[in-house]
Amino acid sequence: MATDVISQSGGKSDFWQGVRLSMPVVVASAPFAVLFGALAVDQGFSVLEAFLMSALVYGGASQMVGIQLFGQHVAPWLIVLSIFAVNFRHVLYSAGIGRRIAHWPIVQQALGYFILTDPQFAVAEARAQSGQTVGFAWYLGLGLPVYLFWIVESGLGALFGKLIPDTHALGIDFLLPIYFLGLVMGFRKRPLWLPVVVASGCASIIAYKTVGSPWHVSIGAIAGVLLAVILPPHHSGVEERP
Amino acid sequence: MSTTFWIIIAGAIATYLTRIGGHLVISRFDNIHPRVEAGLNAVPAAVLTTLVAPELLNAGPAEWLALVVTAVVSLRGGLMAMFLAGAAALIVARQFVG
Repeated sequence: MATDVISQSGGKSDFWQGVRLSMPVVVASAPFAVLFGALAVDQGFSVLEAFLMSALVYGGASQMVGIQLFGQHVAPWLIVLSIFAVNFRHVLYSAGIGRRIAHWPIVQQALGYFILTDPQFAVAEARAQSGQTVGFAWYLGLGLPVYLFWIVESGLGALFGKLIPDTHALGIDFLLPIYFLGLVMGFRKRPLWLPVVVASGCASIIAYKTVGSPWHVSIGAIAGVLLAVILPPHHSGVEERP
Repeated sequence: MSTTFWIIIAGAIATYLTRIGGHLVISRFDNIHPRVEAGLNAVPAAVLTTLVAPELLNAGPAEWLALVVTAVVSLRGGLMAMFLAGAAALIVARQFVG
């Protein structure tokens, strides 16, 4: 009984600790949720469909690409393939985060993977790196506010999209790069951080110029990961086991 | 059901497959080779960098200033401080250079 109370209050404070960390993500993603809703209706989605896409796909960049292609009357299978291509980086996230959440019950894991976005992965990895357990309550506290705000704001954007002010002067078109740079910097103490950043950065820029978006993300990411795989283990700080 | 609805459902399934796929592949192996582990440890820096790097091509002085401020503040401050400082620098700089 006593231990129940302790573990419950522990879970509660873990949850709220996660909620606190979710706030920058909620702020940074809000403009994109509203913008998505507005653009979706503009391209011929109903308000319900815009809401549904945010609730089920839950991946900002892929949703933007999806509605843009939809507006251009591209074949449905090609739209789905493009969504898959934009989201392909999550394969690497799920490979990485699996080590941290393997101790959860299977249903919690299934839910955890559903809300595995860029910031969700990065902040959870940072917690694991600092030696703390990535618990379900904490993870949900981090992800749930972002999800709820995302779908509600998408709906609001779809309903009231015509009223959006000048986004450029408010700087909201550049909030995500700022946030992502901060996340990259947060991993600077990891072995091989600088070589990986340089390799991924160069490869993604070259791919962006040649192959084009969205493949530059996967190509750049794979370049950085491969570099870490190829370099001798004593550089990467991972013990070679006999 | 409309075509739009099915595009959304198929897009959602495709997305969920990417979010669980890497785990399903990795979890089939009992032992993770040290080199694979090194690769997995590189994932955050590798992927997140690709989301920022191409933005540099289109960035003007205001955006550069914001990124520099973000990087400097991130050496000392937490995630929220870094984010707010970068956003503030961007908004102020854009008042001057558009």
